[in-house]
Amino acid sequence: MARDRTPAELAGAAPEAAFEITFDGRALPALPGQSVAAALWSAGIVAWRTTRRGGRARGAFCGIGQCYDCLVVINDRPNRRACLVPARPGDTITTQEGDGHAGLAV
Amino acid sequence: MPDSPSDEVTDDAYEAPYDLAVIGAGCAGLAGAVTASELGLSVALLDASGQIGGQFYRRPAPALGAKRPEALHHDWSAFADLRGRLEASEVVHLAGHHVWAVTRGSEGGAGWAVHAVTGPDGGGDRPVRVRARTVLLATGAYERHLPFPGWTLPGVVGAGGAQAMMKSGLVLPGSRVVVAGSGPLLLAVASSLATAGAHVPAVVEASGYLGYARRPGVLAANPQKLVEALVHGAALLRYGVRLRTRSAVTEVHGSDRVEAVTVSRVDRDWRPVRGAGRRIACDALAVGHGLVPQTELATGLGCATRRTPDGAYALVLDGLQETSVPGLWAAGETGGIGGAQLARAEGDIAGIAVAARVYGQPALTRDGRVRKLQRRRDRMRAFADVMAAAHAPGPGWVRWPDDTTEVCRCEEVTAGAIREAVTDYGAHDARTVKLLTRAGMGWCQGRVCGAAVACLAAGPGDGSVPPSAERRPLAVPVPLGVLGALEPDDAGADSTGRPDATGPDPGAEQTS
Repeated sequence: MARDRTPAELAGAAPEAAFEITFDGRALPALPGQSVAAALWSAGIVAWRTTRRGGRARGAFCGIGQCYDCLVVINDRPNRRACLVPARPGDTITTQEGDGHAGLAV
Repeated sequence: MPDSPSDEVTDDAYEAPYDLAVIGAGCAGLAGAVTASELGLSVALLDASGQIGGQFYRRPAPALGAKRPEALHHDWSAFADLRGRLEASEVVHLAGHHVWAVTRGSEGGAGWAVHAVTGPDGGGDRPVRVRARTVLLATGAYERHLPFPGWTLPGVVGAGGAQAMMKSGLVLPGSRVVVAGSGPLLLAVASSLATAGAHVPAVVEASGYLGYARRPGVLAANPQKLVEALVHGAALLRYGVRLRTRSAVTEVHGSDRVEAVTVSRVDRDWRPVRGAGRRIACDALAVGHGLVPQTELATGLGCATRRTPDGAYALVLDGLQETSVPGLWAAGETGGIGGAQLARAEGDIAGIAVAARVYGQPALTRDGRVRKLQRRRDRMRAFADVMAAAHAPGPGWVRWPDDTTEVCRCEEVTAGAIREAVTDYGAHDARTVKLLTRAGMGWCQGRVCGAAVACLAAGPGDGSVPPSAERRPLAVPVPLGVLGALEPDDAGADSTGRPDATGPDPGAEQTS
């Protein structure tokens, strides 16, 4: 039985070479063509935002850009939808705290 | 030129008016675009994604090198056919275009202006406008969500979201995933997650399947739907997935992420039955309660809507897919949730109908091909109504959330706050609740919590989805600079007499 099967094996994926991104300072591999959210899920990470009032952890929910729960800071720019934005080599991904504007000059 | 990123689109693509602008490159939009193009029309096809296919045929980006993308899908040959016809056509595919409004053109009301922001998440520097004589809305649907304790915990994802992330990113939300909610999508999601290697301990469906049996004639006329159910059912059996009907996840456990869920039996109104629930260990929950037509571009222009059997709102369409606003057609889920095959048939009909209008040749719509497509459409629409009724949210779900459960995920508004607005402050509709509590006022513009807030606002005794006056003048967030840079002709040419459809809306927050 295919218990050890992965979606990539099922789809016969032979991706181009993985590259590195960082999440809160930790180096992670990402595949070309994956969204930031997919790269984080690959690393077992499901939360990358804290809410504005309760400070509660959130991550991808709708997966198609509709719910805005997956907002994250990418290369110092807050409020990017992780499920839509493709990961790029060297991306610095940071947990978005609240509205993401604290400490930024915007 | 399909699949080309938007930054390769030349300025020419935005100059001349097209005969037809199609919004949405899923099954309905693709069918409409290629059919109209094959009849000689000039067609622009706008879609938010970088690739064609919509949600149903969502697939990995080319760099992921998937040699068997069809392994993640059903009915791939239909998509291959549409993709081949698109490649052979003159259709201008505008990928990465997030349409935020359609307004009447400035040329005597004869045409339309389609406004879009560009880039993967609409944050690109290049807002654009496409002009067209006619518009086909094929904007699909989004998932309906109902709140319950713990549904905001990381690891709880939309059922459609889990499917979408797997199809495009080849990733899973966890290794042990419970699938729950209601509707036929659950079986598809569970069977694909299990096939892709996730352990799926259970599919939890709040309705029963007896609802389908009440209309045996409609079932007999749609044998392909039974085949689909059998394919999913066989996959569930093969991977040992247990199907629990008349049950719901009533609590999610865990501190930082999902560790387990409680599954409770529910009665026919989805009210939890007293007694201990069953605890199932898992590290993710994929949950959704059906789909809701995405219609705001149309309702912003005054298109009439109808209530569907599951309490959502779909566009009213004539026999040739035209909305109540002349010159504006719709196909697929915008006219009611019905699936990919129905969407293709409707897209075909709309493409022919638009050509007939543009050429001034109504006879084009009277041949055998159109009659055959209409018969197929009507047969599948009948099945869609049975399906919607069978999975319509039961009024008892309003007992799932306790007072601390967040209903509006964006604004962090709890069920307790909404109940207080209803019982103490006399709110009886979603709009009043929104003004008192901010529920539905956040980034997603109420798409996620809208159905739930409307039910809770209706107060005790009626949890069926009441009428909702959802209107989103801006369909996606738009930077204020884009609105400010509009030419007066674009901004004020709405000749419907309604308030300016492009005016800034306090509910649509800028996200960047």
